[in-house]
Amino acid sequence: MNTLESVGRLVGGDLLATILDAGARTTFQDLGRPGHSHLGVSPSGAADRASFKLGNRLVGNAEDAPALETTLRGPTLRFARAATVVLTGARVDATLDGRPVAMNSPVAVRPGEVLAVGTASSGLRSYLAVRGGLLADRTLGSVSHDELAGIGTPVLAAGDRLRLDDLALAAPAVDVAPVRTLAKAPTLRVVIGPRDDWFAPDAVTALLTEPFAVTASVNRIGARLRGPTILHREDAELRSEGVVAGSLQVPASGDPILLLADHPTTGGYPVIAVVIDDDLAIAAQLRPGERVRFAEVSRPPGPPDTARLP
Amino acid sequence: MGRPPVLRPAGERGVLVELLGNASVRKLVVVARERLAGLEDVVAGHETVLLTWEEGRRPPHDLAARLGQILGSASTVAETATVEVPVTYDGPDVHAVAEVCAMSPEEVVRRHQAATYEVGFIGFAPGFAYLLGGDPALRPPRLASPRQQVPAGSLAIAGEYSAVYPADSPGGWNLIGRAHIQAFDLSREPQALLQTGARVRLVEST
Repeated sequence: MNTLESVGRLVGGDLLATILDAGARTTFQDLGRPGHSHLGVSPSGAADRASFKLGNRLVGNAEDAPALETTLRGPTLRFARAATVVLTGARVDATLDGRPVAMNSPVAVRPGEVLAVGTASSGLRSYLAVRGGLLADRTLGSVSHDELAGIGTPVLAAGDRLRLDDLALAAPAVDVAPVRTLAKAPTLRVVIGPRDDWFAPDAVTALLTEPFAVTASVNRIGARLRGPTILHREDAELRSEGVVAGSLQVPASGDPILLLADHPTTGGYPVIAVVIDDDLAIAAQLRPGERVRFAEVSRPPGPPDTARLP
Repeated sequence: MGRPPVLRPAGERGVLVELLGNASVRKLVVVARERLAGLEDVVAGHETVLLTWEEGRRPPHDLAARLGQILGSASTVAETATVEVPVTYDGPDVHAVAEVCAMSPEEVVRRHQAATYEVGFIGFAPGFAYLLGGDPALRPPRLASPRQQVPAGSLAIAGEYSAVYPADSPGGWNLIGRAHIQAFDLSREPQALLQTGARVRLVEST
């Protein structure tokens, strides 16, 4: 093997596999690069963190070991060596040399075998984790490809070679995990604010009662929704302020944008509500044409340091 | 200080702090990490600071009181050095800005170059610094239709802000020149040349 022709992104590490078909849009992801928002670099990382972490747990990796994130149609790759791999997240009809591969179930791959990840039947993003983790260059501590900032490991392309890292822990404790069923029209829990007072009096009620449709504008930056028009109270311009993943920011048009992992660090549109962390994994699996609802989060009294903010 | 900061929830582990004046923003940005445990990110905005806590953590219940202490303390933030940015005023929108601001193109350049700016916050893209402190007579609106491609290094103005585009990107600001700097460089420490709170002088070079 010749490391010089291995797309320049990798140093050392055993050759794991060659990409025959990259899929629709496949990226390297880990848990991202939190703590750099003051530079204008958002946390990024796996869009569905729950499925990403599950994949790593199932193959006995550190939870943040780099893996591949697919978008609707996954890649096809030929393995150069034996490996243990698992698919999590959006359900795909994957095959290994023609044999079906179950979700959430680690499988042993022999050298020369071809894994075709296939197309998601529900949900949008699947994760291919490999025991040991994938080796890739880190930018600000993370391999994650950030679609907005254009930093991190480049989007996967046919001919790329994957290399294996050494991020395995002890032998995996579980062989298989239950497969999460994605609801047809999921309800995402939100915390109202920070700018709910920027909107017309009935806006929050409309947000919490009517369903929204996911438009074709969906990427790792965010998902544009369409539903009841969420009107601003007056025709004023908000000055740019920091925003978090899960923010439902609403331009003057009234169609909300649900911000995902690669969101801009600041935004100039008021945010009416923010989807809670636990439900961001579901938000990341929304595909165009689906419907989604929002509900105000109700939590039992939290830990002693939980804020009840004014 | 006067009015206490207004706290607004931003999800379960974020708080948007509304402040009066950019000096408070600078103060909070500088000391937040020392004074508040478990912060993930501190993001300055225009008279706001977004504080987010690490996954699984929550903002402290006495945050309002603690922010009051931080902002009320007499300690002042050390003056940051002034960054000199060499610029050339040859952008395609100088004449349009002159027209909308009712002055000559020469006056646009003179006024823009004469001001001392301060980095209010960074946003939009890695290293994109919003410069405050520009001449009040020089506040052109954004372009009605954004450009698909703005070259890296473009010196731009929109409303009360000026900025240098750190990388090629789409953009809706008026381009009035070029800045001869690398605004964002991952191989450098710090990666962003213009940090929140920094003072900036634009020095014309030909």
